[in-house]
Amino acid sequence: MTQSKQQGRSDELLRLGDEIVARALEGGASVAEASVREGEHLSVKVRLGKPELVEEAGSRAVGLRVMVGQQVAVSYTSDLTEAGRARLVEDALELAQLSEPDPFAGGPEPALLSREADWPVLDTYDPEMGTLTADRALELAIRAEKAALDYDPRIINSEGASISRAVGGSALVTSGGFRGYSDGTYVSLVVNPLTEDADGKKRRGYHWAARRFLSELDDEVEVGREAARRTLRKLGAKKIESAEMPVIFDPDAGRAILGLVASCVNGGSIWRKSSYLVDRLGTAVASPLVTIVDDPLINRAPGSRRFDGEGLASRRNVVVAAGQLETYLLDSYAGRKLGMSSTASASRGSSGGVGIGTTNFVLQPGQETHDELLARTPRGLYVTEMMGFGFNAVTGDFSRGASGFLIEDGALGHAVSEVTISLNLDQLLQRIDGVANDLDLRTSVASPSFRVSAMTIAGR
Amino acid sequence: MTSRYQAPFAPDGSAPIDRALAEKLLGVALAQGGDYADLFFEYAVNGSYGYDEGLLKSAGRYVTMGLGVRVMLGDATGYAYVESLEWDALTHAARTASQIARGGKSVAPVSLESRALPTRYPVVQPSLDVEGLTKRALLERADKAARAADARIVKVSASLNEELREILVATSAGHFAWDSQPLVRFGVSVIAEVNGKRQSGSSGGGGRTGMEYLETHTPEAHAAEAVRQAIAMLDAREAPAGELEVVLAPGDSGILLHEAVGHGLEADFNRKKTSNYADAIGQQVASELCTVVDDGSLLSGRGTINVDDEGETPTSATLIERGRLVGYMQDQHSAKFFGVRPTGNGRRESFRSHPMPRMTNTLLLNGESDPEEIVRSVKRGVYARKFGGGQVDITNGDFVFSLTEGYLIEDGRITAPLKGVNLIGNGPDVMRKVTMLGNDMAVSDGIWTCGKDGQSVPVGVGCPTVKISAVTVGGTELGG
Repeated sequence: MTQSKQQGRSDELLRLGDEIVARALEGGASVAEASVREGEHLSVKVRLGKPELVEEAGSRAVGLRVMVGQQVAVSYTSDLTEAGRARLVEDALELAQLSEPDPFAGGPEPALLSREADWPVLDTYDPEMGTLTADRALELAIRAEKAALDYDPRIINSEGASISRAVGGSALVTSGGFRGYSDGTYVSLVVNPLTEDADGKKRRGYHWAARRFLSELDDEVEVGREAARRTLRKLGAKKIESAEMPVIFDPDAGRAILGLVASCVNGGSIWRKSSYLVDRLGTAVASPLVTIVDDPLINRAPGSRRFDGEGLASRRNVVVAAGQLETYLLDSYAGRKLGMSSTASASRGSSGGVGIGTTNFVLQPGQETHDELLARTPRGLYVTEMMGFGFNAVTGDFSRGASGFLIEDGALGHAVSEVTISLNLDQLLQRIDGVANDLDLRTSVASPSFRVSAMTIAGR
Repeated sequence: MTSRYQAPFAPDGSAPIDRALAEKLLGVALAQGGDYADLFFEYAVNGSYGYDEGLLKSAGRYVTMGLGVRVMLGDATGYAYVESLEWDALTHAARTASQIARGGKSVAPVSLESRALPTRYPVVQPSLDVEGLTKRALLERADKAARAADARIVKVSASLNEELREILVATSAGHFAWDSQPLVRFGVSVIAEVNGKRQSGSSGGGGRTGMEYLETHTPEAHAAEAVRQAIAMLDAREAPAGELEVVLAPGDSGILLHEAVGHGLEADFNRKKTSNYADAIGQQVASELCTVVDDGSLLSGRGTINVDDEGETPTSATLIERGRLVGYMQDQHSAKFFGVRPTGNGRRESFRSHPMPRMTNTLLLNGESDPEEIVRSVKRGVYARKFGGGQVDITNGDFVFSLTEGYLIEDGRITAPLKGVNLIGNGPDVMRKVTMLGNDMAVSDGIWTCGKDGQSVPVGVGCPTVKISAVTVGGTELGG
């Protein structure tokens, strides 16, 4: 998209936001906040060398949060006809009458709202993204899948290769005086080959790449080959005996653990008392090797943003510093509930409501290489994938299905599947005794490989 | 549909779509060729009410509207959607989807026919018509009841979600079908605390019904159940690690079935031979005790539909009969490949997604054993009562599901509560290890949502008490 077209879109979305806010104020709202989103996306999927899906669409919708005094309600619509917009405002105002005054409700202090001059340039928008047409995406996907299929005759089938690209912009206008626009692009490629054990048991593997800039996306042939390698190494996976042993999480599995930490430092979970990290600020919650930062200011990173969902200037939050819990992630509501200040972690959902979210929530890489971490593990479990939802945030109890490899004499041995790994998350973080330097910011929650000194493995 | 929220494409709406217009639009979709095309108009109104700390803190209303157009040529699908119902926008979507078949020959005009659909979700009090204050009062009752039940309850939240989904499906196979699909879900969750130790409990339910659901499943009953669970779990001990006999309670345990066999029997995975059940029709895939059906016709069930999102009406389809695999769940595309009739399992999350074979209400039918006798037969094992969810790798059937309320069974008696734990196994393997089946089949109260390929749809599950001779229990107590 050209510069002027981008400008045109931002003006249009902001004007629609202005209109909705004005209507809500006219209708009696004391606070009105409209977020207007527009997006275009393209997804293609190929399987066994042939196109399976080409999906293209554009969409636009408005979310509205209103307050009448301290009564709050939200509404959303993708029906942007005159009747639809009127309905949106009327619904929110009517529902606000129904909700009950919450003494902590309210927008952020107007003085805290950011202005255009405060916004950093984060380079989240690739003007070249639109050059990835459906035909070109199909070609790339076919090449990626072919690279996997040709890699080894034991790759016998495929669940396909997919490419998606998204271009999106959103405007936020609030009656408190905030008016801002941000946009971004994202492209991803995933390849899913299949192989089969001697006894016919199928094994699925995958590899993927994702970036904000098209020119930075990993080479499709290399992604396909890596997918094949990852699939083949699952051959012959078996259960192991139940035991306690060290566990190394690879970056994909580690990311899932980081996601659990994110849910437990969310200010909403704290005031609801639904996190085991209640009352733990300033105490050791992880090993000294662990530093976790939520950083929206990384150039071209997937979770970067200029301002938060309430219009506060984005800031870098060190959540865990060398094992010590430094802060929760807060929006202005959770801040008031807990007697703290917002950390500019508000996230405005597409439906108009405000919650708390992470930006780039990252376990900071350590000094060791991935191979060094492995080499100093005589015997252990190397986890590449986890399954299921076995986590209780209130207690921290964690138990999930896992697959990966047995580590023998400091190297990856046979593949392992159908086991579970268990340990309370509090202890898990305390027992981290190695963090590698293999961080890749493909996703907004990201982790390098790390090792936990001991977990319970349930198998045979 | 209430007059306040009216689908613009309804006969008396602002942009009505009749058969003639739909035929014309299908003509645009197939102008470049293709074997099949369909139109999916949707207008969905959702409401949510959240009660927290004794206040109705959040209330929301969400309207989504649009058209999805699909054109197929062989195994290739072109898909496009729009959120405007202006003719130019509709034809733009149809032309975009038609690109997949470009260079082909225009297809003969489509002739649509509407037919009467069953009425599987009669509603007495449509939830969108019921006043907000009435809903608030119901949530307040749940909150009060939970607080009054036990002094150790420190947090209570209650929620009500309602949906009315109005759909119009027109396909080149000739279907022209309207449906109006209500959905209600009520839930209570609580946190109990004693001496700094906290535990949570929850209860929820609903289905394709109106507010009358809460007359038979009262807010007080859900509150009591959530409290019971949180209090029971306060004393939870570490769960054993390793292979044990497991007894599943009736109802919600059907989620195991959903993961262990359900997904593997969706026809798309079998067409592509990526499921462990590919080419297994006629084979013994489970213990002879097991008969599994997918029943889209259950009265007011969460997974029930009068018509699927491709215009087909599902019935109760037998998937496994006395352990033998007899059929898959089909959408239009896979049915054509297998040369069978579609089973009405073609479902999609919204107009923004293409349909896939999906479950409706998946049930393991009754056996003959007395449930108490099943528990008595276990020397040492786990009794699984409530689940948080599950997941399966359909290529080989490996699954996990997480237990949120479980107990130890010792010498035939249910004893100590266990901390949240995962069960892990292999679908076909576990289904062969079903050694006893109760006569107490129950359908889960409607809470489950199934995810596949990024699309969520509401589903139902059900089963009687089930004994499985060995499942890996993922606790922390070795040698337990």
